[in-house]
Amino acid sequence: MELNTDKLVTVSPQIHHPASTFSIMWSVVLCLVPAGLWGVYVFGLRALLVIAVSIVFALAGEALAGYMMKKRTLRDGSAFLTGLLVAYNMPVGVDLYIPAVASLFAILVVKWSFGGLGANWMNPALAGRVFVFFSWTGSMTRWSLPRTWQTGTDAVTGASPLGAIKSGILDFSGTVSGPAEFLEQTGYPVSAMGQAVANWCESTLGFASDPYTWDLFLGHIPGSIGEVSALLLLAGAVYLFIKKIITWEIPVVYLAVFGILVWVFGGNRYGAGLFSGAVGFNLFSGGLMLGALYMATDMATSPLTRKGMIIYAAGAGFLTFLIRFFGSFPEGVSLAIILMNIFVPMINRFTGPKRFGVEKKGEAA
Amino acid sequence: MKGLKTFQMGGIHPPGRKVTAGKEIQNAMIPSTLVVPMQQHLGKAAECLVKPGDLVTEGMLLGRADGFISANVHCPVPGVVKEIKEIFLPSGSKSVAVEIEFSGEFDRSGKNQERFDWKDLDNRELLQLLLENGLVGLGGATFPVNVKLQVPKGSEVKTLVINGVECEPYLTADHRIMLEKGEEILEGLRIMQKILSPEEIIIGIEANKPDAIEKMSLLAEKSGLQLSVVPLKLKYPQGDEKQLLKAVTGREVPSGGLPMAIGAVVSNIGTVFAVYEAVVFHKPLMERVVTVTGGAIANPANLKARVGTPIRSLIEECGGFKTPPAKIVMGGPMMGFTVYDLDTPVIKGTSGILALTAREVAAAERTSCLECGRCVSACPMGLNPTTLFKMIDHGDYSAALAAGLLDCKECGCCGFSCPAHIPLVQGMKLGKSMSRKLKVS
Repeated sequence: MELNTDKLVTVSPQIHHPASTFSIMWSVVLCLVPAGLWGVYVFGLRALLVIAVSIVFALAGEALAGYMMKKRTLRDGSAFLTGLLVAYNMPVGVDLYIPAVASLFAILVVKWSFGGLGANWMNPALAGRVFVFFSWTGSMTRWSLPRTWQTGTDAVTGASPLGAIKSGILDFSGTVSGPAEFLEQTGYPVSAMGQAVANWCESTLGFASDPYTWDLFLGHIPGSIGEVSALLLLAGAVYLFIKKIITWEIPVVYLAVFGILVWVFGGNRYGAGLFSGAVGFNLFSGGLMLGALYMATDMATSPLTRKGMIIYAAGAGFLTFLIRFFGSFPEGVSLAIILMNIFVPMINRFTGPKRFGVEKKGEAA
Repeated sequence: MKGLKTFQMGGIHPPGRKVTAGKEIQNAMIPSTLVVPMQQHLGKAAECLVKPGDLVTEGMLLGRADGFISANVHCPVPGVVKEIKEIFLPSGSKSVAVEIEFSGEFDRSGKNQERFDWKDLDNRELLQLLLENGLVGLGGATFPVNVKLQVPKGSEVKTLVINGVECEPYLTADHRIMLEKGEEILEGLRIMQKILSPEEIIIGIEANKPDAIEKMSLLAEKSGLQLSVVPLKLKYPQGDEKQLLKAVTGREVPSGGLPMAIGAVVSNIGTVFAVYEAVVFHKPLMERVVTVTGGAIANPANLKARVGTPIRSLIEECGGFKTPPAKIVMGGPMMGFTVYDLDTPVIKGTSGILALTAREVAAAERTSCLECGRCVSACPMGLNPTTLFKMIDHGDYSAALAAGLLDCKECGCCGFSCPAHIPLVQGMKLGKSMSRKLKVS
């Protein structure tokens, strides 16, 4: 009975939680797959091409940086995940050099210039998206229509629901009570599925709903490849919750703060007064689900403690509301999250844990 | 079970893997050669009293306590001293050790032992008995018991808390002692009651040992002592004295302070049994219950082993390895030490010998810190392990001390939880010894 003493001696603890960087990153990738497949289904195979380009350039950037820093980091999955998230934030008709630039910017400038995995202070995929959004706004806002719409015209591009509202509401002269009614009056298309679900809800369950919100929830809308199906993004997130890869604080507080603000003030722009906002419509539109579930929860760029996470998420919810309803962009999620990323070091500083057996509060005694 | 007491901040739920919980304690075989280190306790090593060629008897004094915080070391078996040598202890430090070749007759084992009446002894005499018989805490820290039970002048013990938590995965030694030695533990508690005169005694036991909770509760009822059993919600590291006190009394021991600061003394339940044997039979501490287990062990068991027994002998008694182990651990998996030499002896603080498979260890490649905060949520002391680790990594020991490095007791919650598999505990240990060495404050 002899021992192979190689690698036998380690400092405690001698056992380990099964999670690793590798398992976390690839689990998130796995949970994002259904939403991406949906994107390919509604927007066509070109979506797959955009996804491939984003991932290949993210990996290339990671390999280059790793080569320069003498670290092997491709296997941990973080660069693959960044590439995937970049692609999910692209319209399907985007010129292909744009996702390539976004991925390289995300990996080389945002992530590696600060030291690579975990050292960046801003979400790489979001920073990449925002960088190309302001550089090539035209290409980044040319939305292809989902193949599931019956528009009766030959149009291949059109406005996203939020874009249509933002650009149309100022010149609109009629009276409507909310976003769905506005879209209906301006002749915004609906999918057969959205209409069918809304009808079924009304006839069988006796509960009135509009087909526009169902289209948003299911993903029959023009939008970025991975953001359109709130349903599948939520389904993937269930696994992440079960595996405790993400905790409730950030997504729940983010969505709750945003939802409450929309409910209280969201009806204002339609002249409908307080407490009349369309909560469902706003929760499922734009990149909110993708952002709240998969981007705001990025470990490196979110606070360390529960208290910190709640403050951070509340800030993101507030800023998203502010930008969407009062800013010049129809969408506010990316900007809201990266703005809150900037506050994270400060939030961490003031929300450290209370030390055991130490009376005075605050960190670093 | 809902509404059970526990500590609030931090803590983790490692897999229990207590497969030996149902196995009765058995006497281990006596090996032909034993190695008895002079350093088996916290404090100064005992002074060696024998030389090669000496005939030794069971229970004879091999090493005398050297100074206030030190402990006597006794000869576990009769025989001949073969050699005085220097060995490595599991913790990595060196110690003088006496190698004994087993031969001759036992003076105690297998014979009727004389019972001594202790009720007429005063505190000084009782503590003297504990000192003479080399008693140290058997929970892991191996602090000399006679020192721990000396109440400083002017202070009073309100609560004596007995630690039956055994929160380390795999280990079942304390669990078995509670089940098999209940009456003896009660007698030990009466002795400790006399020494400390606390207002109450509380035994904390985690809810994964319902049979022990039931047994100890029954005994407590008819004991005539102010004794209660508190079932605790499962959570590691509840067996640490600060977490245990928080769980059963709701009070926090101040940072840097001892339990006496809140009028409490904490003692491991195995130690209570040893106190009983030392006082009632005048029996020196020369054997202890060791859980031999782990996925690589053929027949895991709870063995009563003599101090100085090489772990090779105990592993062989348990059927040897059924698969090649990835690690051999002495103690529990969360705070234990790996050993690379199967001739390493069992010492007073050895609660378990684990032969772990690679699957059980679940090691993974180390990556950069993800800043996920899992170590922060896991830390029961409210520290920020990732930040401390970075300070130490950068050599900024004074910043680490200011951020509470000395509150860290190396329980391993942070290292267990870290998905980047950063050796956080190793960093904390390094930080403490470097700041001691460089006299940083």
